[in-house]
Amino acid sequence: MAKPELMDYDKAIELFEPVLGFEVHVELNTRSKMFSDAPNPAHPDFHVAEANTQITPVDLGLPGSLPVVNEEAIKYSISLGLALGCSIAPSSRFARKNYFYPDLAKNYQISQFDEPIAFDGNVEVELADGRTFQIPIERAHMEEDAGKLTHVGGATGRIQGAEYSLVDYNRAGVPLVEIVTNIIYGAEGDAPELAKAYVSAIRDIVVSLGISEARMERGNLRCDANISLSPRGSGKLGTRTETKNVNSLRSVERAIRYEIQRQAAILAGGGTIIQETRHWHEDTGRTSAGRPKSDADDYRYFPEPDLLPVEPSTQLIEELRAALPEPPAVRHRRLKESWGFTDLEFQDVVNSGLLVEVEATVTAGASAQQARKWWTGEIARLANAAGEDAATLVSPQQVANLVALIDDGTLTDRLARQVLEGVIAGEGTPAEVVESRGLAVVSDDTALIAAIDDALASQPDVLAKIRDGKVQAAGAVIGAVMKAMRGQADAARVRELVLERANA
Amino acid sequence: MITTEQVAHLANLARIALTPAEIDKLTGELGTIVDSIAKVSEVAGPDVPATSHPIRLVNVSRPDVPGATLSTEEALAGAPEHDGARFKVSAILGEEQ
Repeated sequence: MAKPELMDYDKAIELFEPVLGFEVHVELNTRSKMFSDAPNPAHPDFHVAEANTQITPVDLGLPGSLPVVNEEAIKYSISLGLALGCSIAPSSRFARKNYFYPDLAKNYQISQFDEPIAFDGNVEVELADGRTFQIPIERAHMEEDAGKLTHVGGATGRIQGAEYSLVDYNRAGVPLVEIVTNIIYGAEGDAPELAKAYVSAIRDIVVSLGISEARMERGNLRCDANISLSPRGSGKLGTRTETKNVNSLRSVERAIRYEIQRQAAILAGGGTIIQETRHWHEDTGRTSAGRPKSDADDYRYFPEPDLLPVEPSTQLIEELRAALPEPPAVRHRRLKESWGFTDLEFQDVVNSGLLVEVEATVTAGASAQQARKWWTGEIARLANAAGEDAATLVSPQQVANLVALIDDGTLTDRLARQVLEGVIAGEGTPAEVVESRGLAVVSDDTALIAAIDDALASQPDVLAKIRDGKVQAAGAVIGAVMKAMRGQADAARVRELVLERANA
Repeated sequence: MITTEQVAHLANLARIALTPAEIDKLTGELGTIVDSIAKVSEVAGPDVPATSHPIRLVNVSRPDVPGATLSTEEALAGAPEHDGARFKVSAILGEEQ
């Protein structure tokens, strides 16, 4: 009988302790490349380009060309290092990582090896239930991205069976920072969620710094996830695998979960884990074996003779430190406290990706609870139905205006939803939609009283019950009045008036 | 001490085909080079930091301003093969690093 491919997740966690490690590559959005003045395709202005049009002799490694460091990329890297809680090296230098593969034409990648620009940091990440976890950062180093290969021929366009490959070097030389964690223990059954939360935290940090577009689907942010299982009580580390090609936050979580279940099944069946690269497949939700570690992994690093050491002044480092934005985790705590949200309410906002919108809506004058309610409720629902991003449907100012109209009694929630639809349909500001669609609450008591008297007259049994003190009976009359007013009445005011008229 | 195994390994990594005779010859030559360089350590005490560059310069950088790029024709001019605007290379049973 064939051994099962995967072990039940809970059973796997019962038998093994998952041990994690991450390498996250961040493409910086400087205007030019790391070592050449070619336009950087990771900058939004240069994202769209024909193949091999964003290259210089340096990017192709042509004879006689020499790399020169982009000073902005150094500053971005230092800022990122500081935001990761790292120390900045007073002197760091570049190194050649030698390998033969056509994604780089010069047969080496310029990277950093024994002297990275930033080291010994720490990132706080928050799980969905509000618990926090400290991720130790070993180092963050600068390097260049490689070109993009397209494999042609073969059944699936994959490497196996390809007849030849086509190379576009536009991406070669894009500035990268690689963030490497120390070994992460203690994640336990939360390992998949923690992995997702960590990559999400890195994304929040680079976005808050404005140093990367951080779009995972475009490869601006890429995660290689290392995982091994340690049999409980053994005190020994297991053999690790490195899963690549994980291009979304959701995939990070799924890939880790899959690897835990896969490795556990092999170990429990008496097998051994092969130290290898594994590829994540989004469509099947599985990983497949890639390249095993071998002699070819001897990269023969040596100091890059074409580049000089980077020695940032203390003054520059302190200037960059002073300019750092509030760390995302700290910002979350501050906003949650000032808004008086419960853990659940705040996580709801964070998980919906609408924190910036809610904050801007509060700044524009709405109460935090109303801002949260509208963004994560009706607006998210409409966005979901339209297949659009909620933030593109309405502006925080419009939502704040809508909330103000509710607060001053012009609109009920029900009317406000209709106004919101009008705003999204491009009919103007909330006030303009109220005007053009005639949606304001009927605040004229004379009209309400006339409708109430009609309703009471047509339901004498209800009137008798109310007079007997059975106040809940008023519901039927309120409903009839609201219907007569086509919803454009304040139910609380109607209730008040119904009781007043019934007992008059 | 350089061994023939090390030379064979390096040759393999560098994609250079060497005959056994060449490996023997290079093992001797490389050994002599390494021994000669090692003599420097005899005069440089622990107070002298290792250096990778003969001239003590730092922080040579350029402003972040895009400049001229190669045209596609120029870029592909030295390529043995291309397909449209892209370089064409043999299928390689490796993968990116």
